[in-house]
Amino acid sequence: MTPIIDYMALSAVLFAIGVIGVLIRRNVIVMFLAIELMLNAVNLAFVALGRRIGSMDGQVIVFFVMTVAAAEAAVGLAIIISMFRNRETVNADELNLLRW
Amino acid sequence: MPQWLFAFLAALAIIGALGTILQRNLIHCVLGFALVLIDLGVLFMGLGAVTVGFLQIIVYVGAIMVLFLFVIWLLNVQADTGVRGGASLGLKLLGAIAAAALAAELFVIFSHAPKLREVRTIAPSFGSVATLAHVLFSRYLIAFETTSLLLLASIVGAVALARRLAGQSAAIAALPPRSSARAAEARREVA
Repeated sequence: MTPIIDYMALSAVLFAIGVIGVLIRRNVIVMFLAIELMLNAVNLAFVALGRRIGSMDGQVIVFFVMTVAAAEAAVGLAIIISMFRNRETVNADELNLLRW
Repeated sequence: MPQWLFAFLAALAIIGALGTILQRNLIHCVLGFALVLIDLGVLFMGLGAVTVGFLQIIVYVGAIMVLFLFVIWLLNVQADTGVRGGASLGLKLLGAIAAAALAAELFVIFSHAPKLREVRTIAPSFGSVATLAHVLFSRYLIAFETTSLLLLASIVGAVALARRLAGQSAAIAALPPRSSARAAEARREVA
């Protein structure tokens, strides 16, 4: 059997990869995917710790995170579509209209 | 879950995650992320969360990933510069080091929790549809009903945002577009 700490280590690594993705890529769609990657890393930690303490709460939280991620994906992609329509770019560096 | 299977799935998840952030072609990024999601679904099932594992595959891979692919197809975005371009190399290096430090810090915190090393057996009903539904519809009932409101609001919001309104974009279109030569080329083609 795999101890829970291995799952937590995998979760930490996936979260860090998501952070790197947001930091090094300028394409908003890839940045969005990296954010989803971080959400999933946290989901893994929730399920693993929920199993450790023998509680269903962790899985219920994962269910809610999935719902929020679906809503976030729908609204976020709609924003990206609207942004691309107006500026014809998905590069985050070129979207500097509100920059001081 | 046996240790070798976990090692295999963990390696697959990390490869998929690295592919997600390092590939140049956006479709490859999304497919790498789909690999991570399926992999995590299997890990959930191995942890006893069978319902959540199946939901992960159906909702994430079946719906959200298809939405991403659909948007990439709709925008017709060509392969971008990948990790090159954008911020300077020093900033990227700093970001990567900071993220690695974050992972190391999390791991140190976890390794100081001795109870995480124990292996605990669970009841066979743990993670089944009935158990999940019982918790969901008793203790989390209000939160569950609120999610339906959230989904409704996000549907309306997504439609409102993605819809093209007549005359709405005129003011924004008047601004000089700072897009690449590709956009200018496209505009010339239309003209």
